[in-house]
Amino acid sequence: MTAETTDTDETKLSLYRKCFQIRRFEEEAARAYAQGKIGGFLHLYIGQEAIAVGAQEALQKEDYAITTYRDHGLALARGMTARAAMAELFGKVTGCSKGLGGSMHFFDVEHNMLGGYGIIGGHLPLAAGTAYASKYREEKRVTIAFFGEGSCSIGDFHEAMSLSALWKLPIVFVCENNEYSMGTPMVRTMSVEDVSQKAIGYGMDRDRFFCESPMQVRDRLKVAIDRARETSAPTLVEIRTYRFRGHSMSDPGKYRSSDELEERKRKDPVTKLRIDLESAGKLSELERLEKEVEEEIQDAIKFADESPEPGPELLEATTYKGAFAR
Amino acid sequence: MSALRYREAIRAGMSEEMERDDRVFVIGEEVGHYQGAYKVTEGMLEKFGAKRVVDTPITESGFTGIAIGAAMVGLRPIVEYMTWNFSAVAFDQILNNAAKVRQMSGGQLNVPLVLRAPNGSARQVGSQHSHSMEHFYTHIPGLKCVAPATPADAKGLIKTAIRDDDPVLYFESETLYSIKGEVPDDPEITVPFGVARVAREGAGVTIIAWSRMVHVALEAAEKLAAEGIEAEVIDLRSLRPLDEEAIIKSVKKTHRAVVAYEGFPYGGVGAEIVDRIQRLAFDDLDAPVLRVTTRDVPMPYNAKLEQLVIPQAAGIIDAVKQVSYRS
Repeated sequence: MTAETTDTDETKLSLYRKCFQIRRFEEEAARAYAQGKIGGFLHLYIGQEAIAVGAQEALQKEDYAITTYRDHGLALARGMTARAAMAELFGKVTGCSKGLGGSMHFFDVEHNMLGGYGIIGGHLPLAAGTAYASKYREEKRVTIAFFGEGSCSIGDFHEAMSLSALWKLPIVFVCENNEYSMGTPMVRTMSVEDVSQKAIGYGMDRDRFFCESPMQVRDRLKVAIDRARETSAPTLVEIRTYRFRGHSMSDPGKYRSSDELEERKRKDPVTKLRIDLESAGKLSELERLEKEVEEEIQDAIKFADESPEPGPELLEATTYKGAFAR
Repeated sequence: MSALRYREAIRAGMSEEMERDDRVFVIGEEVGHYQGAYKVTEGMLEKFGAKRVVDTPITESGFTGIAIGAAMVGLRPIVEYMTWNFSAVAFDQILNNAAKVRQMSGGQLNVPLVLRAPNGSARQVGSQHSHSMEHFYTHIPGLKCVAPATPADAKGLIKTAIRDDDPVLYFESETLYSIKGEVPDDPEITVPFGVARVAREGAGVTIIAWSRMVHVALEAAEKLAAEGIEAEVIDLRSLRPLDEEAIIKSVKKTHRAVVAYEGFPYGGVGAEIVDRIQRLAFDDLDAPVLRVTTRDVPMPYNAKLEQLVIPQAAGIIDAVKQVSYRS
């Protein structure tokens, strides 16, 4: 199944760059949060980057993507600029959602990033709805929906799965199983460890693997995405991953040991990919692209810092498209 | 004009809009093969096919979310709930997605969606099936709420709702489905949102109502006329946006107001109307504004107790006499 060996170093460098961009974006977002430049909640994608990056490689531009509040990685992978993303975190009008959405609500319709959502599982029926529209219009367009294993207990997950299977919607459900539903390990939230088994009851195809690299994620998800595109059949894919930071910035992570965290960091797909590329003699290329990413992120912070805030005139204009109803 | 029943008028409005725009489809429980739990969609499956008249399993949250997602990317769904009571299990979808997607996307997306169902009391269906859900939904910015009382308005408002680019919640009444009225045939005639209708003119007192209670208010007004009190009955038709001007214009004429509606007395649309009257017509009032509502208890099954809990014409008459200082 894995096609890593057939990828050129150029492809791997390109995927590494995307992962590294997300990681550095998130690290700088954490720093800005500590400096009080970002308010509210901030859920970092550090540790899970290879999933969004690999998925993007398997998707086409017109495909719809939708995710939870841990949404920065997917937005950047889909093509949102670091400027629009950082400005949104800073609550600025130049942000992807004009500073009205914040960290949890990154939207970029131009890149078919249909949003980050703050209610666990609540976005999964929406994802099925976008797939429904694609099928209604007889388009060859796929929806990919991301969520954590914490979503698998709530009703909307099951209703979205049930209806997608019943109506054969072109959708791929991707469970990013990072093993913790906020602070609760999965052994205390799920009666079965294998999330993909939940597809069986709905007669849905499934896949399951531990995330090792963006190339592996791309190749595995491509099978499900192609199936959705060609036969309009949904798939549930469970990808085991790990987040290296807390659930959000306010989470000290006391529910897991530092040994466990260190062990998982040794398996970090981003670090592993860098080591592979360095071993292949690509150190100078790595250093060059890392420098470019540094500049991009610093530019994004400067842009966000200097951007104006949204004014009150936006409030009613973004509540209704038509006349305001009062 | 044609004489249509209320349910036929809704169906005519939906059918015309579906002929006009192939992005419009109906989705809900029993809307297709069963011909509609209350026969509103009768014949529509045969006419439009299963692609556009879609039967669902019992998954209100799921199919509401699907409709919202489909609307976000350009379709124009009409969701039918068997009754508004069952929308409670889809409340998160309506509150957190339908009403929020536009703002949290910075205006990139909007949700052209209609949610419709019978609302309020029926006949002895008990506490879980007798809710007046408009009081919950009018509270939420991002949603529009309409509640027609006549077949003509049922058709005109469903057409406006389908053509609207925002989520519109359309409140029907099981007890109105069979009433008949003259309905325009012209498919381009619609009823705008935010414009109330004077259902009866009078100079003595203003009675404000919507949906089924308009008919109860008119019954009360006839009895009051026999006692020399000429009531003006305002049929709001649209609850959000609310036709504040029509209410204030009438109150400035009559100097007295009674708001009559189904729903619990704590808060709700009635309290909103009273607030607007006291703010905008304070100097014109000759008496405190009164409300005639459902009693502040869950709906009982027992037929006599149910009638005691539902607002009645007699209660409206009492309230009118009270604000008129007549015994």
